[in-house]
Order: sequence, then C-alpha cells, then structure tokens
Amino acid sequence: MDFELSADQVALRDGIRSLCEGRFPIKRVRDGFDRAGHAELAEAGVFSLRADGFGVADAAVVFEELGRAVVPGPLVWLYLANGLVDGVVGGLEVARRRPPWMVEHLDVLDTLLVVDDDGVQSVAAGKVAGALPVARPLDPLTPVHRVEQLPAGVPVGDAEVVHRWRLEGAVITAAFLVGAAEACTDLSVAYAKERRQFDRPIGSFQAVKHLLADMLVRAEVARASVHAAACTLDDPDVGDVARAVAGAKVLAGEAAITNGKTATQVHGGMGFTWEVDVHLYLKRAWVLDTVLGSVDEHADAVAATVPE
Amino acid sequence: MDLRYSESDEAFRAELRSWLERALPELPSRPSWDDWAGRRRFDTDWQRRLFDAGYAAINWPREYGGRDASPSEQLVFLEETTRARAPYVGVNFVGSLHAGPTIMTEGNDEQKNRYLPEILRGDEVWCQGFSEPGAGSDLAALRTSAVRDGDDYVVNGQKIWCSFAHIADYGELLVRTDPDAPKHRGISWLILPMDTPGIDVRPIDTVLGSSEFCEVFLDDVRVPVANRVGAENDGWRITQVTFAFERGTAFVSELVEARRMAEDLAGLARDPAHRHELGHVVAELDGVWALTKRNVTRAARDGSPGDGALMVKLAYSESRQKLGDLSVRVLDRSALDIDNEFVVERLRTLALTIAAGTSQIQRNIISERLLGLPREQQWTSS
Repeated sequence: MDFELSADQVALRDGIRSLCEGRFPIKRVRDGFDRAGHAELAEAGVFSLRADGFGVADAAVVFEELGRAVVPGPLVWLYLANGLVDGVVGGLEVARRRPPWMVEHLDVLDTLLVVDDDGVQSVAAGKVAGALPVARPLDPLTPVHRVEQLPAGVPVGDAEVVHRWRLEGAVITAAFLVGAAEACTDLSVAYAKERRQFDRPIGSFQAVKHLLADMLVRAEVARASVHAAACTLDDPDVGDVARAVAGAKVLAGEAAITNGKTATQVHGGMGFTWEVDVHLYLKRAWVLDTVLGSVDEHADAVAATVPE
Repeated sequence: MDLRYSESDEAFRAELRSWLERALPELPSRPSWDDWAGRRRFDTDWQRRLFDAGYAAINWPREYGGRDASPSEQLVFLEETTRARAPYVGVNFVGSLHAGPTIMTEGNDEQKNRYLPEILRGDEVWCQGFSEPGAGSDLAALRTSAVRDGDDYVVNGQKIWCSFAHIADYGELLVRTDPDAPKHRGISWLILPMDTPGIDVRPIDTVLGSSEFCEVFLDDVRVPVANRVGAENDGWRITQVTFAFERGTAFVSELVEARRMAEDLAGLARDPAHRHELGHVVAELDGVWALTKRNVTRAARDGSPGDGALMVKLAYSESRQKLGDLSVRVLDRSALDIDNEFVVERLRTLALTIAAGTSQIQRNIISERLLGLPREQQWTSS
C-alpha cells in the first residue's frame, strides 16, 4: 500500500498545473470555453488519458488541477467519450429528468451525447432544433440552452458503457470538485492574511481561522476519498467500487459547495462581487453537482451499499 | 497511488485471523461497562493473551517486546480485531498508546526496562495526570508543584480528567518544577506510583452516570527524582511527544470501530431519511479512513503520520458525533435506555470533541501550523 502520489503522478500533476498556469490563467478562463481551449487541452492529452495508458487515479490527479484552475468546458464528457466520438463532445443525462433539457456549451459542440439508463445516443449538435439560450446562466462559464425536444440519435454505447461512465465520470468530476474546494481554501487563506481590520489580519481571529481550518480538512478528506475511489476503480479487489465512488462524489460535492460558500463569507463584501473569483468556483460546484449524480443521490447510493 | 496491501501484510492478516478465531471463544464474558474492577481484569487479561501470542503493542520496536510492525500492518491489526469483534485496548490505553511510547522515546534505560515490559504484558495499568481544574485547553498553565527535597520531589496540587486513575498502578504526571520560568519552560514529566501516600483519588460521575475518570488530589506526595522522564523543566516538549502519539495513532482504532457501528446501525435504519443521512456519515467515515491510509503511507516513508493526524482527529470526532445523533433518532424510543449500545456510545462520544484537544484548539493548531495564519493576539497555543 502506497497511498501517496507516485513520482509519475507528481510529474503529471506538475505538468498540468503549469499548463493551467501558463495557458489558462483566470483572465482567459473568464472568457469561457472555446475551440482553441479544447484544442490545447486535447493536445496536452487531458482527454486521451485512458487511451494513452493512464489509470483513473492518474486522471483524478489531472482533473483536480483543472478544478483548481476552474477550467471551463464539457471536460468530463470529452474524457469519457474519447475514442468513441471525435470532435468537441458534450453530454446530457436524461434519466429521471424531464424537458426542457438544459444543454451545456451547445454552441461549441460538434456532438451531443444523450445518456440514459440503457445507452448513449449521439446527436449532431447542429440538428438540435429550437434551442433557446439561457440569457444569464448560473455559471457564466457554463452557457446553457433550453431544449424542448431532442432529435433521434445514433446509439454509440450500451448500458455497460453507461454503467462505466457513471462510475468513472463521477470520480473524475469529484476530482475536479476537490480541486475547486482547494482553490477556495487557498484564495481565502491568502485573503485572510492580507486583509486587515481592527489593525490586524482577519486571519488572526479564531472566528475566521476556524472556518479556514475546516475548509482545509473538508477538502483533504474529500481528496483522500476521491483518490481511494479512483484506486478502487483501477483495482476493484481493494474495495467496494459502488460505495467508494458514491462516497467520493458526496464528499467532493459537499467540499466544493461548502468551501465556495465559506470562501464567499471570508472575503466579506468582496466575496459577493463579480470581480472576486470565488463565485466562479461556487457556481461551477453547483453545476457539477447536477452531473453524474448529486450529493443527495450519491448519499442514497452509499447507504444502499450498506446492508439493511 | 495503490491501496493494495503487500503480500507480507496479507500473510500477517491470515495468521492474525486464525489466531483470533481460536482465541476469542476462550475469553471470559465481558464485564458491564461500569464495573471497573471487572474491566481492569478483563482488559489486562486480553492484553496478556495478546502478549503471549506476540500481538501486544505490535508497533513497538522488537527490543521493547513489540514486533516492529509497519504502519500498514497496524491497520491490518485494527481491521482484523474489529472485524472479529475482539476487545478494545480499554484500560491499557494510557500505558500502551500514551505513557509507553513516551518512555520509549524519552525515558532512560532503567525506566524502559522497568515499565515497558509490564505495560506490554498488561501487568500494570497507567492513568493520565495532565489536566487541572485551571489548566484544560491551556494545559501549560498547570500549577501542581514539585519541589526538590533530597532525592524526591514533593508534589502538591490537583489533577482532573484522569482516565482509569481509580484502577491504575502508575500515572503520567505533569508538574511545575520551576515556578519562575515562562509557563512552558518550568514543567517536568514524572512517573507517579499511584500507591504513594498522600494521593486521594475521587471518581467523577460523567453524563454516562459512571466514573470514566477521576480527580486526583496530591498532598505532599513524595516522588523519587529517578521517576522523572527527561530533563527537569523539559516536560512541555516531552508532552508534545506524548500528544503526537495520541493524535497519531490513538484514533485509528476508534475510527475502525465507528465504521463497524455505522454498518450495525444500517441494520436498524429503515426510514429513507435516516438511510440518506447514514449514507452521508458512512461517506465521511470512509473518507477519514482513506485519509488515515494516506497518513500511514507518510508514516511508513517519514516515520511520522505528519499533519494528517491533526485532520483525522478533527474530522473523525465530528463525523462520529453525527453517527451518534443519527443512531438516537433511528432508535426512536428504544433510545430511552442508557444501556443500549448506541445510546451509551452517543453519550460517550460527546467527549470526542473535547478530549485530547478540543475541536476549537485543533482548529487553532491546524490554521496556524498548516495554513500559516497568525496567532490571535494575547493567545498562545504552545
């Protein structure tokens, strides 16, 4: 047992981190997802990790970094669909939901993959008719269209594929959420050291520093849980895959949302402004909680793995 | 990253499992939780059986009777003993997880030879004498005095929250040996034989209605200078060593136990709202377990679990209290009986966010040590 990042994983993390710092600084991130961004991420191998021989644990390391940088785009679907469908791919889960469908990033997509319990259908994005853009999407970096009716698609994956995507996709999404939770901690700690009131840094007040300690611990527990789920997918003998994956999405979703809210609080009035980056993390966390199972759904899924 | 135990870990697991299968049916019946004489008898008997089979304090070095178990073997030990529902470390807690490791690290050869084998065999039980009525979270404010008189210290003062003091043979005692030094620099760490004249032990009734721990009054108690561990006035540093052991390892066995209790509770929870919340708590406990495995990896690499142990203590204690809250709701009116296993647990775990550093103190330490935040003015943690 060696539950630290391997030397290769550290190198992978550092590589993606410097890619994000160099190519996806927050100024560019604020412009949203586009084809140039897709091409750069594809070039860096972010979407082809599995084809290139990396495991889920490696992919979790990569997506944690993308989350820290709050890189926009249908990244998880691009990762999952790699090798199955080419081009810029997005996903839409329709099981147990009703129209209107809220479709993300439609303007940039070549293909929309419609995921239901029994399979994946491929729909050409241009064939989606009557799509109405949401004027002010919750997350400014996740544009959304309202779609009443979807055209018939071409089956590209069966229930088996859906099953695998739901596990692997949940873990990768959770890794992104952990990165977002960590970034919220970092932003808040830096602000609390710098912002002064009553002639001292607000980070010296226990009422503030306790919030920050909780942010750190929440993200670290979630991170360990996501890594454990990823390792369990890579080597199912070491645990209960369903329980590990669901638990990871619960903790990562909660960590990102709670840390996003706490970061807003620690930044005070500035935290409520468009200018400070915190809201981008919190809003993405809310978006991603609707993808591949919410905190609520996964809490029930964890409970279902513990016999009555 | 790899969660697979090594072949030698698995061999150790198989060997331990088969021993447990033979050993557990031979145990006497367990005493009730408020029968302290019975608990001492039972827990020390279990310790002796572990010792005879070579499983006592497996993490201790071989030279002190342990087996130099790796951190991952310790996890295997906890997983297997919990799975088999073997007894918990119980009254041997202070000796094997607290005083023993401290003496091993900081004591002289004579002290090691005298005390460690007895702890290991379960022949001697230890208690803690750190906190005082005026020195809780601010432990360094302790005032129990020790004044040199020939080859003895003469000790006067009062200790509180001394777990197992009414049944213990020895106590780990923090005293002030230099009243004029800054508060962290005048403290010494003594071994206190509990049968010394002048010691008055009074059990404290807890919310459980039983005596989990005691007040200890010390009135001109003569403790040989030879019983001092480490240098005079170096006791605060030694105490930090003790705490590092406590925070590093002591909660891991509790965590394994909590995960088992969550699974037991699942057998009783039918209401969808309860099961939903159970899913949350199980996810949290699993997450803390994963973080523990990360700490174990660090301990194997660096010899210390590092800062992760601080996080485990904070996260574990809060998650376990959530489990306790949930269990009382699941039980509904069956919870009106304190002798129900889950009810006694709910009450007992109220102490988890207080003992061994309150959650508030933990957050101070985490925010200062791990996040580099400044101290609050007029407040010092160490």
